[in-house]
Amino acid sequence: MSALAKPPDSIPNLVARYGPHRHDAPPGGWSAVGEPDRVVETHCCFCGQQCGIRLKVRDDKVVGFDPWEEFPFKRGKLCPKGVKRYLQNEHPDRLLTPLERHDGHGFAPTSWNAALDRIVAAMKRIQADHGPDAFALLGGASFTNERAYVLGKFARVALRTANIDYNGRLCMVSAGAAAKKMLGIDRSANAWDDITKADVILAAGSNVAECSPITTDYFWRARERGAKIIIIDPRLTPIARTVDLFIPVRPGGDIGVFNGMLHVMIGRGWIDRAFIEAHTTGWDALEATIRNYPPERAAQIAGVPASMIVRAAELWGPATSSFLLHARGIEHHSKGVDNCMAAINLVLATGRIGREGCGYGTITGQGNGQGAREQGQKADQLPGYRDIENPEHRRYIASVWGVPEESIPHKGLTAVPLLEAIHDGRIKGLLSFCFNPVVSLPDGNYIRRALERLEFFAASDFFLSETARYADIVLPAALMEEDEGTTTNVEGRVIHHRQAVPPPGDARQDWKIVCALAERLGAGDKFRFESPREIFEEIRVASRGGIADYYGITYDRIDREFGVFWPCPSPDHPGTPRLYENGRFGHADGRARFQPVDWRPAAEEPDAEYPIILTTGRVVSQYLSGTQTRRIGGLVAQYPQPRCEIHPKLAATLGIADGDFVRVESRRGHIVVRAQVVKTIRPDTVFVPYHWPLDRSANNCTIRAIDPVSNIPEFKICAVRLQKVDPPTDPIAALAPEAGGVE
Amino acid sequence: MNELAFFIDYSRCIGCQACVQACEECDTHRGRTMIHLETIQRRETVQTAPQVCMHCQDPICARVCPADAIKKMPDGAVQSSLKPRCIGCSNCVLACPFGVPKYYGDIDQMMKCDLCYDRTSAGRRPMCATVCPSQALSYTTLEEIERTRDGVPTNVWRFGDEVVRTKVYVVLPHKAPAIHVDVIRADGSVAHPASDRVDDVAAILEMG
Repeated sequence: MSALAKPPDSIPNLVARYGPHRHDAPPGGWSAVGEPDRVVETHCCFCGQQCGIRLKVRDDKVVGFDPWEEFPFKRGKLCPKGVKRYLQNEHPDRLLTPLERHDGHGFAPTSWNAALDRIVAAMKRIQADHGPDAFALLGGASFTNERAYVLGKFARVALRTANIDYNGRLCMVSAGAAAKKMLGIDRSANAWDDITKADVILAAGSNVAECSPITTDYFWRARERGAKIIIIDPRLTPIARTVDLFIPVRPGGDIGVFNGMLHVMIGRGWIDRAFIEAHTTGWDALEATIRNYPPERAAQIAGVPASMIVRAAELWGPATSSFLLHARGIEHHSKGVDNCMAAINLVLATGRIGREGCGYGTITGQGNGQGAREQGQKADQLPGYRDIENPEHRRYIASVWGVPEESIPHKGLTAVPLLEAIHDGRIKGLLSFCFNPVVSLPDGNYIRRALERLEFFAASDFFLSETARYADIVLPAALMEEDEGTTTNVEGRVIHHRQAVPPPGDARQDWKIVCALAERLGAGDKFRFESPREIFEEIRVASRGGIADYYGITYDRIDREFGVFWPCPSPDHPGTPRLYENGRFGHADGRARFQPVDWRPAAEEPDAEYPIILTTGRVVSQYLSGTQTRRIGGLVAQYPQPRCEIHPKLAATLGIADGDFVRVESRRGHIVVRAQVVKTIRPDTVFVPYHWPLDRSANNCTIRAIDPVSNIPEFKICAVRLQKVDPPTDPIAALAPEAGGVE
Repeated sequence: MNELAFFIDYSRCIGCQACVQACEECDTHRGRTMIHLETIQRRETVQTAPQVCMHCQDPICARVCPADAIKKMPDGAVQSSLKPRCIGCSNCVLACPFGVPKYYGDIDQMMKCDLCYDRTSAGRRPMCATVCPSQALSYTTLEEIERTRDGVPTNVWRFGDEVVRTKVYVVLPHKAPAIHVDVIRADGSVAHPASDRVDDVAAILEMG
């Protein structure tokens, strides 16, 4: 093996050259005057809400924003990220040319031809020496549907590797697996309007105020007409402050709440037995399991008083309409799928789904968290939600692509096992798009060691992410507003991102990069796309007859109708805002499936040596690994560095005061961050947001344990110990906080 | 009466600062935000409170201005100081009962929220109330607020003996004739004890 591929220059040198730097003002500065040349209606690139925005453009540069008030889902509402996102187009840190690693000297510009030739040469060499699967691809849920589709097709048709996965593996897969297993379709069951018509809303593991801010208004609209709200979260979040019942669950104890609620509901007769009889299977097995969860035992699992679980059942059970939502708080567990299934049991047991004000949703975290998991860039999927191991599905996609069915690789490794295969030398080459695993995957030190062992690594991104520092070749990618395409929002609504400006410098759209690589690999005839619209036309056909059927959707329809909900099997089909109407579920027999779930402990529970639970999550002004948002001045200023939230009771036992630096240490690594002493968190748990790199990366501590079904990592619970320390003074700490330093 | 008005509902505020960031993007004061978002006491609670200019019916800032630089428009919106007139004395900064006006040394001028006059005068909603994701800030009619909200809108404030009426309403949980802002009495006692709402998770777990 060659020498370890550490970053080619010191971190402070790389930061000085490529950032992250804060960028505060639009092109020309705040005092620049003049009307925009045009205003382009499009959507925010960040979370799954995909809020509508209007970008102001002058001289082919994005110079400002205006709310897009006509788009029905959000009526102009935005969070701070949506307001400030326009500052990326002209950001001084943007990558404007391909870069090539020069050990000891950082990176030097190179030409597109040279960069693509080197990538293809490495692909061919590694696949010839070690087999086709030794070169892997990583994609992302920041991709449009078109980019996700092209990358999935590239893996199977051009590169012929089984090993492709995407960063949605850190996001939606537990929810997806549970919904598919029980309801038959992996999509929120309703358009968001149904939230406002529900009499009771239960949201588990979802800090809606910070992670999906505009959904807060949907909750309030329900509440003002009398709806009761139940929030299950270890932290008292801004939405939890005002609700009817807040259950401060112990991380990992959610099944206790759900099963305990169902126990009470069965006892009091708040079960819709007619619905269960007519539209479901598996109730008897579930009922037998639930007998073991009387509120007292359920409360021990949940770490809350039994009275709270009874009260939750009393609010949820007898309601006439209801909406259940969950997010990463219950999904980021080694039992993430089980947590979701226990929650969905509550929906099916009451029969409150598939009609007005009654439903179920999972709040997608990433921009195209929904669509990017449908187009075939997942390790186990083909376009249209087709199964890569299903012979019929393989035959259909092979016919669309014009390739022999047997040439399509089978199921490959998902993100964490894929990185483990890199660490163990089974995968030698990697091409990664918009994925920053050294910040976003658990056990960060292990992930960094894995990347150092790659024989060849190429990364495509807008900015030099912390992960791209390890690359041999870096490709400059185009932002959402520098490309055209579609995404599918949290509701299953397919929407249109319009191109506002051309990419700066030599930056290029990812789908063009992929098509150029396919050409060099000899598969150019399968990738003759001139525009995203042409790719979408192929998606329509490839998804036709699949679960996520886009066949009836066109760009024109999306524009005319403010988005179209899949499934939409024909051009005259209106789309499907609400699934499962009349109790007809997505399985072949039309019935939903109850799933009995027993609680089990996390992969790592606190003990004498590491006595405290660490849980991780987001803050409102940052997004995912921060590659984009740690570069936007106003967003950095709002919350510059990660802080460790700790209850005063726990802080007192450790001699920690607000603002002190603390070392948060697990068996795998540590971080040094400032303490924030707050009463709004359980005393047995600390919280650190994960958006920052290096010695501020909460994922240095998290555990590389995954759910056996979904393979989602267990970000929401691991064991740590805390210690007050002196302010750090090393070269990393001396960096700006957006680069991993401290203030 | 279908007149549009501005409403602040503190209970809805999630502290996200979309208002702060968006205000900065307004064409009349780009790069400066005119809205204040207060974090009340982060150790105790996640409660936050946005503060726009309340646009007093008889604006104290304008009354105390020696240069007559602060104008009230016919629709009741109280403008930022007029640049040619403002002498930077900060009388208005000291006098405002809501702590809204700010003096900017670099331009030697007071600036404050003008209710997005460029937008509202053209029938559009102010920037902050447009983007506010929880609609803690909203720009709509009194009828619409009364129809869709549980709380009660109020625009009468009592500071000791002084009564102030504002163009901007706040939505209170219960009906009250006026909002008393004299928190500390002359003898030092607290006029309004803290809410009985407990945001201490340890206490919530003990209480059950």
